Amino acid sequence: MTTKFSVLGQRVHNIDGTEKVTGSAKYTFDVVLPNMLYGKILRSPHPHAKILKIDTRQAKKLIGVKAVVTGKDTLGHKQGIWRRFPELCDEEILCREKVRYIGDAVAAVAAIDEDTAEEALDLIDVEYDLLPAVFDPMEAIKEDAPQVHDGVELNINITRHIEWGDVDEAFKKCDHIREDQFKCSSQAHVCMETHDAVASFGHNGKLTVWTSTQSSYYIQRLLADMTDIRESDIRVINRHTGGGFGSKFELDSAQFCAAILSQKLCQPVKIVLSREEEFTATKRRTPMYYALKLGAKKDGTLLAKEARVITEGGAYTSMGATALYLTGFFSSFPYKYPNYRYDGYRVYTNTAPTSAMRGFGAPQSTFVGESQLDMMAEDLGIDPIEIRRKNGMTPNYEVPGQAFIQSCGLHQCLDKIDEHIKERGKLPPNHGIGVASYGFMSGGIFNWFNTPYAFSAAVVRINVDGKVDVYTGACDIGQGSNTTLAMICAEELGIKLEDVRVFSGDTGICPPDLGAWGSRQTLMSGNAVKRAAEDCKNQIMEFAAAKMGVNIVYDLDIKDSWIHIVARPERGVSYYDIVKEAIRGKDGVAIMGRGHYTPHRKGMISPAYSFGVQAVEVAVDIETGRYKLVYVTTAHESGTVINPVGIEGQLEGAIMMAGGYGYCEDQPMDDGKILNPSIADYKLIRSLDMPETKILEIDTYEPEGPFGAKEAGEGLTNPTAGAIGNAIYKAVGVRINDLPITPEKVFKALREKEKKKAK
Amino acid sequence: MKKELKIKVNGQPYDLFVKPNTLLSEVLRDDLGLTGTKRGCNSSSCGACTVMLNGMSVKSCSVLAIQANGSELVTVEGLAKGNKLSPLQNAFLDHGSYQCGFCTPGMLMSSKALLTENPKPTKEEMKEGIDGNICRCTGYNSIIRAITAVVKGEYKEAK
Repeated sequence: MTTKFSVLGQRVHNIDGTEKVTGSAKYTFDVVLPNMLYGKILRSPHPHAKILKIDTRQAKKLIGVKAVVTGKDTLGHKQGIWRRFPELCDEEILCREKVRYIGDAVAAVAAIDEDTAEEALDLIDVEYDLLPAVFDPMEAIKEDAPQVHDGVELNINITRHIEWGDVDEAFKKCDHIREDQFKCSSQAHVCMETHDAVASFGHNGKLTVWTSTQSSYYIQRLLADMTDIRESDIRVINRHTGGGFGSKFELDSAQFCAAILSQKLCQPVKIVLSREEEFTATKRRTPMYYALKLGAKKDGTLLAKEARVITEGGAYTSMGATALYLTGFFSSFPYKYPNYRYDGYRVYTNTAPTSAMRGFGAPQSTFVGESQLDMMAEDLGIDPIEIRRKNGMTPNYEVPGQAFIQSCGLHQCLDKIDEHIKERGKLPPNHGIGVASYGFMSGGIFNWFNTPYAFSAAVVRINVDGKVDVYTGACDIGQGSNTTLAMICAEELGIKLEDVRVFSGDTGICPPDLGAWGSRQTLMSGNAVKRAAEDCKNQIMEFAAAKMGVNIVYDLDIKDSWIHIVARPERGVSYYDIVKEAIRGKDGVAIMGRGHYTPHRKGMISPAYSFGVQAVEVAVDIETGRYKLVYVTTAHESGTVINPVGIEGQLEGAIMMAGGYGYCEDQPMDDGKILNPSIADYKLIRSLDMPETKILEIDTYEPEGPFGAKEAGEGLTNPTAGAIGNAIYKAVGVRINDLPITPEKVFKALREKEKKKAK
Repeated sequence: MKKELKIKVNGQPYDLFVKPNTLLSEVLRDDLGLTGTKRGCNSSSCGACTVMLNGMSVKSCSVLAIQANGSELVTVEGLAKGNKLSPLQNAFLDHGSYQCGFCTPGMLMSSKALLTENPKPTKEEMKEGIDGNICRCTGYNSIIRAITAVVKGEYKEAK
């Protein structure tokens, strides 16, 4: 680890840590305002139906009920996060004529307490005309399938095509070709704080919304789209947020219903979704059907790959369109395919909409790709690590016509994992180690949202006592971005971390930022903060240079709050003294710096990519198919490490989530109804199931990132499911191609294998 | 129809009147303003509402407030002594045993109850001790490291 930094790389407490361990951190869930009402939402019990009539008279008569709204009380606008394409903005949130999944909202109530609001829901009478419904995307693309949205041919919501090289010609030159099919399951985000909002609309026509969100700016803009309130008359405040994982950057029913109820009453309205609503009526990971064709030379050189994907879109577009694009791009990762083709189809179904979830399409493509690569290696008699070495991406590699990769530590990661596996030595019977490689982006370059603003912007203000305030639209959803940004600011200014405060995610006081998704904040918001701090630093240095009277050829810098001549560090002045004088010299104006970042000339996907390799050891009980995740070792590179404690947390947390994706998390349905909408029934990894984890950090430097840093959050969810599948194959010789790899599936495959052997 | 409820929370006695169907978690949050106790599921599956009742950990969403009549409760707000954090709180800070923080109060209370009952737990017992609490962010291992550090005596109780 490099030691040239004063703040970066230190093991620090998160800047909001004490609030969190004392229970004093305030979440939207804790917000209470004077005169506040509580809202509840009525949802469709049918997967597909016309709304004939909604009778709210009885509900309105209930004592304590203040307002009931339905689709008729809205402007009838449809929202979507792909704002550049109006046809993809397809969600009314409060349905006016038709419901498209079990959980679609049809009415909302505001009352003096939650119990009264709940009681009022029972008094709303909705008359439906049931329509035939379709749940499986493979059925939905048939000619005579029910139409989820009128006029959408074969229910195909969106298609994506990516291609380079001459794929057909290349397959002819291959010594070996494999064709395999896979199915990737749904997954729920299970944020500990459910979706919630407190909306307060005043007689002055201004709306303030406290909400648990990954992007205050998106919610502000989307609320403006839906209500016709001017964007700047809407203030969205995100303070502490109890998890997001991709589920909280689109406008949701709690935010929208609270806003329109408050607009009607000019009273604050709070809506907190129940855990059951969280499972059934918020978005979820996109299930995918994958068909892969992979061609290689005898020596393991991969010549061509073709991926065809159909995704279960659910009822609305949401961020699922981006997942369709990214799964296609990351299906080529992290290897140098000279010829590649991807065709993806997102299909509407009468199920809960599918969208972004940590990894954003890449956990799916990594599971299928890494599984197939191991099969290819076995066919060719090549070691799994070796085939990855032979084809793995290297620094300064251009993905033809798509992306330019600068820093890349994949090969060092492969070496580390190779060493690790050798160190583990001979394993006990029915144990196996599987590996998977991955890469991920550091924020997206695309602007389907159509923001006119810079992707990230920040303001840094230095107060007279030398303390620094950072204003950023970035959202800290628990991943620790406020700490990361404070560390970047402190490093740039050469001051102590304790001297930095961060104001974030409040559209009323912070410059717009696209928010926490696609692993973008460290690099993009980080660059904006660094530049704003640099702007301040330059202003201070003018005063320092004048004060010190140094020869202009000398360079000045700040370290440990000491402004000094770089060549003679003992000659200097105190940062705190200079700040006081500078403010006096500026006619009493605090020192303010501005910074912004938007990627330019970096291809179509992302300005930078992180890489890694993971090894998972499993122990399988061949009698029952039950298996245990024993050990997970990850060699990982994310450029310069800013916050090592944060990276450990991201890594271990990713293993809990991605291990769950591979091992047990699923959302089985019956006619569009999710069968396990509770934490008791939705199985996820608890502490007893959690494997031992080890992280091997590889040193790289990303020229595009702040101080050389890049993504360290989502990419870590990509490899685990694939590595589990490969480990099970190594352990007991059965291959499971559909997620999750449950003990039941392993059991059945083992019995199948025994039968074949007996024959 | 409200019933009298006498409880002691974090050492402070309270005399309240509550509806019979009011949950303990609701009294703590809504009547006493102790919002550190969270609600993650309201069905005793996630552990975010864990508090200590007469020295044992309970999920306060699965206890009626009147069932706690006459009891002594400790919530996350009762862990620190004045401005001094407890050993577990300091250990959680040092080991980064929280991210979004929404499960943290419940996680701390389960850990506290575990150590009250069993001051020298094995690693497996620590894992069992927090198995009823879901953390979607950290992956639990940093929490186990924090509890381990407390058990090893690396953090002293403030006087």
